[in-house]
Amino acid sequence: MKKKFYPLLWCFFFLGFIPILSHAQTEQDALMMGERKLCVAGSVGYNSWTNYWEGTFKRDNENIGRVSTKSAMLMLNYGIKSNLNILASLPYMKTKATQGTLSGLGGFQDVGVFVKWLPWQKQFGRQTVSLFAVGGYSTPSNKYNIDLLPMCIGLGSNILSGRLIADVRVSNFNLTLSGAYLHRSNVEIDRSAYYTDHQINSHEVKMPDAGNFQLRTGYRSRLLIAEAFVDNMTTFGGFDIRKNDMPFVSNQMNSTKVGLEAKHYLAKLPSLGFHANAWRTLAGRNVGQATGFMAGVDYIFDFSPKTAKN
Amino acid sequence: MKKIFTLLLSGICFTYLISCDKDITESNAGYPALQPVKTDAEAGNWSPFIVSSPADFPVPAPQPTSSSAYQQELQEVKQLSSNLTDEQKRIINYWKAGSVLRWNEIMRNLVAKHNLPPYQKEDNTYPVPSAANPFAYPTFPFSNPPYAARAYAYVSVAQYDGLVMAHHFKDEFKRSAPYQVDNSLNPAIPKSELAAYPSEDAVVAGASFEMMKLLFPADIAYITKMAEEEKSYRLWSGANVRSDIVAGDSLGRWVARKVIQRAKTDGMGTAGGNPALWTKLEDDCKAKGETPWYSLEFPKRPPMLPAFGNVKPLLFSPTEVPAIRPAAPPSANSEQMRKELDEVLSYTQNPTRERMRIVNFWADGAGTYTPPGHWNAIATDEFVKHQYSEVRWARNYALLNASLMDAAILCWNTKYFYFNARPCQLDPKIKTLTGVPNFPAYISGHSTFSGAAATVLGYLIPARAGEFQAMAQEASNSRMYGGIHYRSDCQAGLETGHKIASYAVERAKVDGAN
Repeated sequence: MKKKFYPLLWCFFFLGFIPILSHAQTEQDALMMGERKLCVAGSVGYNSWTNYWEGTFKRDNENIGRVSTKSAMLMLNYGIKSNLNILASLPYMKTKATQGTLSGLGGFQDVGVFVKWLPWQKQFGRQTVSLFAVGGYSTPSNKYNIDLLPMCIGLGSNILSGRLIADVRVSNFNLTLSGAYLHRSNVEIDRSAYYTDHQINSHEVKMPDAGNFQLRTGYRSRLLIAEAFVDNMTTFGGFDIRKNDMPFVSNQMNSTKVGLEAKHYLAKLPSLGFHANAWRTLAGRNVGQATGFMAGVDYIFDFSPKTAKN
Repeated sequence: MKKIFTLLLSGICFTYLISCDKDITESNAGYPALQPVKTDAEAGNWSPFIVSSPADFPVPAPQPTSSSAYQQELQEVKQLSSNLTDEQKRIINYWKAGSVLRWNEIMRNLVAKHNLPPYQKEDNTYPVPSAANPFAYPTFPFSNPPYAARAYAYVSVAQYDGLVMAHHFKDEFKRSAPYQVDNSLNPAIPKSELAAYPSEDAVVAGASFEMMKLLFPADIAYITKMAEEEKSYRLWSGANVRSDIVAGDSLGRWVARKVIQRAKTDGMGTAGGNPALWTKLEDDCKAKGETPWYSLEFPKRPPMLPAFGNVKPLLFSPTEVPAIRPAAPPSANSEQMRKELDEVLSYTQNPTRERMRIVNFWADGAGTYTPPGHWNAIATDEFVKHQYSEVRWARNYALLNASLMDAAILCWNTKYFYFNARPCQLDPKIKTLTGVPNFPAYISGHSTFSGAAATVLGYLIPARAGEFQAMAQEASNSRMYGGIHYRSDCQAGLETGHKIASYAVERAKVDGAN
């Protein structure tokens, strides 16, 4: 019997310094939207930090106090087929520092488009094993400022990403492992020279690529999903923030965070869902030690000719 | 199985995609080899800034090119230049763009490296970098704008004075370059008609080394490496023999020591002031019925170099400083100030992308080569188009950087004379789009530096004078857009910069180089 999976939509912030939606949410979970169904999701999020790491040195900074990011996001997920989905997302962000003189910044961040494919699924007794592949591309929706970290809303890079997801289900419990490679294009800053670990005379900044690794596990049924996750972001290269310097777009930004995620569809109106998550950064490098949460609503439109009513 | 194969194939394609090259071509990568349109052979008669006479420098007469000593040196050069490694070729290609130019880049690199305010201690006071212990945190120096302006100036002046002296001796001894003595020698750089003894490159290397050892002692290893590379490149490329280099290196160092004597007594040593002075500045401002500046940093940081305004200028006498200092800014409680604050507030509350670009482009804050460095970079990109001789390169930088140092002196003198508040201090609604520097507002440093630099560069390259002034205006505006300065700061800063530069221009008219 074929289970109908609903996509899990959750807000994922990839950095403490910048709430980058390095990749939209559902490109990370082991769920598919059914054929000719469209999920429209809206969410709001908040995260903040007071401590951050300059390289490995953890500190606070009274000149910025607590740096917070509010976000609102629109996401779409359409089932071209039950094993092939296309997703799109666009967040709006607003940053603020509670102390010092620095102005917050706000605006639309990156547009992301992802194609998610479930090429292989097999049952072994009570276990179902699925493999997914996701290809994605995100690009800044406008030329927002990337040279005033930590107040910037993003890093301004075009990101081409490839992700593999392996998912094991035993009755209503699942374990999902995923890894992604993020190829990040170089970015242009407004300055004609900048210092990393040496002086570089150019507007162009070499952006190191990055990887994202995630483990999710929990309970998954038709109307309720509850999971715990560990998420790691690692930059392959880049450099450390020097003592008392400002962060820079091509820093080596690493973070490991843990979180909880839940999603619930109404039994009487199964096309309407609510979801939320909360997370905390445990370790990092050149990022803020952020804590964040998110809440959202989604609604599923069914465009299939004969809707199979449950 | 087929699907797995497809997956693998996609994976391979993806890997191929991400392996693309991200390397950056820097704006200074394409600088051509130095090939002056004029050798400026008579530059021995140009007016130096600090040294007084070639008689102060015992440069020995060189051995004639017919002597066996010279012939031996010639053989050495032939041997060295005939078998070059890739690394030696890289070094030749780097230095052949010009000695003065490359040292200017090295300076900008070191200024940016050291331009970070020290991190506070446990007790919330700030440590002070110590020249006596330059390697300990906070490493010496903290190359903030005044420190940097003075450093660029002294290095440029030492290079220029050294080259003027070198030209005097070149003219006196008239020793030919090795490739003119021996036609079979093919140098790896453009040939020059200029006499080879003492070598210009060695003079600049020696002078730069001595100056920078004083100004950036923690980077002695890097400075030494660059100076040695430069001197070696002259041998490897067949441009000079060893005695040309030795004489030039010594001359450069001697000249630098004269400049250092001056630097050590110019008042920089006491520029940081002390708690008594910091309090007095505040009290004097209150006594005038004005709102004093206070540090907007947490923990509160002592003001940056409050007595730098008493440093001895290069272009005019310290007694002229009060006359150049602009009149008082609008009073903190005046209607005029309210109007100017509202203007700044409106900029910060409506940050357009274009204004933000201007703020970022001219920010030149912590971790950068500072506004004086930025104008050196602008000047460099312009100078390479004109195929100057080394001595003219040096003269132009010296004029530019002397006016930037004096701009720093006047600007700091004015800032601490009026000691007035920053816009965001008077109106907390103003949130800035770049970091607020830790010193009083009036007058704007960026504006003073830019006004001075644009005027000097406009004199040197009249065809671009209008563009340089437009850039200075933009640099000045950037500080209003960023919420750092109000309009009076910027206007008075630009005007003061122009005034200071006029001294440099007057000097340039009669220094013998025209």
